[in-house]
Amino acid sequence: MSLNLILQNLANGLSLGSLYALISIGYTMVYGILRLINFAHGEIFMLAPYFLYYGVLIFHLPWWASFLVAILLTAVTGIVSERVAYRPLREAPRISVLISAIGVSYFLQNLAIVVFSGIPKSFHRPNFFKTIFQFGEIRIQSTLIASVIVSTIFLIILIYIIYKTKTGLAMRSISVDIETSRLMGVNVNRTISFTFAIGSALAAVGGILWGLRFPQIYPLMGMMPGLKAFIAAVVGGIGNVPGAMLGGFLLGMVEILYVAFLPALSGYRDAFVFSILILILLFRPEGILGKKVQEKV
Amino acid sequence: MKRNLFLLTLMAFMIIFGLTTLAQDVVKLGIAEPMTGAMAVGGELCMKGYQLAYEQNPTVLGKKVELVLVDNKSDKVEAANAVSRLIEKERVIGVFVSYGSSMAIPGGEVANKAGIPLISGTATNPLVTQGKEYVFRACFIDPFQGEVMARYTYDNLGIKKAALLVDIAQDYSVGLANFYKKTFEELGGEIVCDVKYNTGDQDFSAQLSQIINSDAEALFFPGYFGDVALIAIQGRELGFTGKYLGGDTLHNPTLIELAKEAAEGLICSTFFVDDEALLKTNPEAEKFVRLYREKYNESPNAVSILTYDSYNLMLDAITRAGSFNPAAIRDALAATKDFPAAGGAITINEIGDSVKPAVLVKIVNGDFKYEATVNP
Repeated sequence: MSLNLILQNLANGLSLGSLYALISIGYTMVYGILRLINFAHGEIFMLAPYFLYYGVLIFHLPWWASFLVAILLTAVTGIVSERVAYRPLREAPRISVLISAIGVSYFLQNLAIVVFSGIPKSFHRPNFFKTIFQFGEIRIQSTLIASVIVSTIFLIILIYIIYKTKTGLAMRSISVDIETSRLMGVNVNRTISFTFAIGSALAAVGGILWGLRFPQIYPLMGMMPGLKAFIAAVVGGIGNVPGAMLGGFLLGMVEILYVAFLPALSGYRDAFVFSILILILLFRPEGILGKKVQEKV
Repeated sequence: MKRNLFLLTLMAFMIIFGLTTLAQDVVKLGIAEPMTGAMAVGGELCMKGYQLAYEQNPTVLGKKVELVLVDNKSDKVEAANAVSRLIEKERVIGVFVSYGSSMAIPGGEVANKAGIPLISGTATNPLVTQGKEYVFRACFIDPFQGEVMARYTYDNLGIKKAALLVDIAQDYSVGLANFYKKTFEELGGEIVCDVKYNTGDQDFSAQLSQIINSDAEALFFPGYFGDVALIAIQGRELGFTGKYLGGDTLHNPTLIELAKEAAEGLICSTFFVDDEALLKTNPEAEKFVRLYREKYNESPNAVSILTYDSYNLMLDAITRAGSFNPAAIRDALAATKDFPAAGGAITINEIGDSVKPAVLVKIVNGDFKYEATVNP
């Protein structure tokens, strides 16, 4: 394999990984605070590019404005889904909330099929996002640069919120014990809503960047990226924000390199990724950056 | 509601064709197509073709033809029921089941057992006719397209190095690719890169980097148009400059909408395209398009031309058989040779499949244009 091809594939891996990273940060954050695997994350992710698409198409907003509106609307969808499907089950066994999350996921998918129709739509790309940067024979999409910058910014903001603000303190206390936090005067509902808003906004940014990179949107587009982001979160250590980012980059890279080194088996790429999930769960369930948690008896 | 709709359709047809039933000398031909359900749009296109052909040739051997339509509701089980009903209750001497191979397979099963000839206009799955001596089709089968495209790549485009990008989750894609590879290598060409993906994948950068690195001059990607649109865009972004080639699933305007300029120059095989350049080569096609436009005031679709051909194929066989005996009609159908059909001359082979030319179309300025006709 030539050096150029290897470098090109590293760029490809980075490009895909940066998108996974962005989605899995939102995934892991909701889990870290609520111990809830939000399977609807992939569908929230899918809604954002649709909001953007219709914002431009119907309301003729400039693309940066519809970008903001789409993120806002997606965050609201996240809050509403928590309010409707998860909050009433907060005292129920964890498995009920998980099942409810799967329900929300299918509900949003099918709703999208009914409302937006199942035919894929072409996603409008502003000229900047069509630009290709060329270094020798290596070609890099501008979305790669955008997604690396955006995910780094969000990571910093997130870490700041979680560790330096009062809301962050409330989030961390809720993740340890909801009841005690409430007794200490934490507004639990508001904090959880805020968590969902941030998680969904991250999914929205991920979804929009995804649409800019792969300019085609359809109701089931969130399924695979959602699952991959979940794997990335588990690989990095679920609940751990920098871990999710690391996991995302690693997963993107592994996927691309798998195809690059085993082109004959390229069709089994997803199977390979899922076997990584199984191996991680078997041998290092806490993930790369996760801490071993001892259950107190 | 569904039932009512079905009854209404049935009644409408009774009104249209009912008058003929009053006459003693009628011969019944059955149609089982999806009028309701997921495939209803396809069923409607089929009907347009049958009706147009019927209006042109409403009699055979001095008897009036009566078309009897039964809705198969886009359902595999209903598809079998519909055909048995046509045969047992309506006593038809020939059946048409076109839309969806999944409907034509069970329908053909029933007709074959009953010994009634069945023609499918559009079912491309090889299983439709296999082992059923009473089942025929007016279209070519999927793998044939792979062969056609390989020959076109090597002979007409003069390309010696091609790459394949195959959807391993689709029989269609795997079938076309295998035949493409076989033919291309037999001709002396080389498949320099053979990579795979799964339906619904969105990132193809690794496979495409591989293809670009292999110096392939053409990429054959027979797959679902949505996936192919993404491949086409990413391929150009990564610097692939070769030709894009595919099968009839790509002959879909949505592909152009999705891939935009990346789809320019893409060539795919198909059954028919409403383009002057093609119509000039086939007077039957020209006649079909003229009649179709007069009647429906729109541009025809490949589905309608194939059902139009199916009806004419059946009538031709009855005429040549000189009787209404289903077995005699079957033998006449099996012996069809160079029948001048609108979708290209049809010869029926020993399996019951049509051997006919494929039409190649190319995307030029955001539109499908006639490129070439490749004979079998």
